[in-house]
Amino acid sequence: MNERDEEGLKELLRAALPRVEGEPEPGRDLWPEVLRKMDGRSSAAWIDLALLGGLVGMAALFPAAIPVFLYYL
Amino acid sequence: MESDPGEVLDRFRQGDLDAFEALFRLHQRAVFGWILRMVRNPAAADELTVETFWRIYRAHARFEPSRGFEGWARRIATHAALDWMRRVRKESMLTEELPAYPVAAEPGDAAIAAEIRQKTVQAFERLPAKLRIAAVLAVVEERPHKEIAEALGISVAAVKLRLFRAVRILRKDLEAQGIRP
Repeated sequence: MNERDEEGLKELLRAALPRVEGEPEPGRDLWPEVLRKMDGRSSAAWIDLALLGGLVGMAALFPAAIPVFLYYL
Repeated sequence: MESDPGEVLDRFRQGDLDAFEALFRLHQRAVFGWILRMVRNPAAADELTVETFWRIYRAHARFEPSRGFEGWARRIATHAALDWMRRVRKESMLTEELPAYPVAAEPGDAAIAAEIRQKTVQAFERLPAKLRIAAVLAVVEERPHKEIAEALGISVAAVKLRLFRAVRILRKDLEAQGIRP
């Protein structure tokens, strides 16, 4: 592939995918979503830990239930 | 808004939420624009800007104020965009969305047949995500190779190699469809 061929392909690409001009802005204020995402992830982690704690507690109180639980997993 | 940028960066590094918000307000537009240039889909760019700042906050303890915030944020944004591109690779992400962001008026634009344009876009979408990012930033957006290398965390030589591979694959794909650029 020579340099002219390569330039031709690049021109085609530029024509098919126009350049983004200027400094575009987000469609809305994204800060509330960032906060929600931070809260969502931390509360999800808290729920996961609580669930895990509950399962460990159940297993300690009713060890015979472990095979039944594993069967239904 | 804080008056001392260095102090804001230090406080952000310690996990201060107000400092993080100040940095978000200062850099969200640049981060959004950078992401939009890679993914070329405004709705996805919104979503990825949120994802990027969430990743930024999560990594606050690893931030080195001496190296500056912008480049670090850009690198995280680039990786978020890469992850997204890999995830939605098979979905249409460019075709209908193109007019939704401000574009340069190219004089030769009208001369190109719609079918060729569409096939070019589709061939471009079939490129692996890491080649697509290098190609769109270097060829379409005409960003310096050094800037792309820093954003991707690779060398300038590696950017050039990705660009070469992208052009070669595109050419083969288009030729297989009867288009000789």
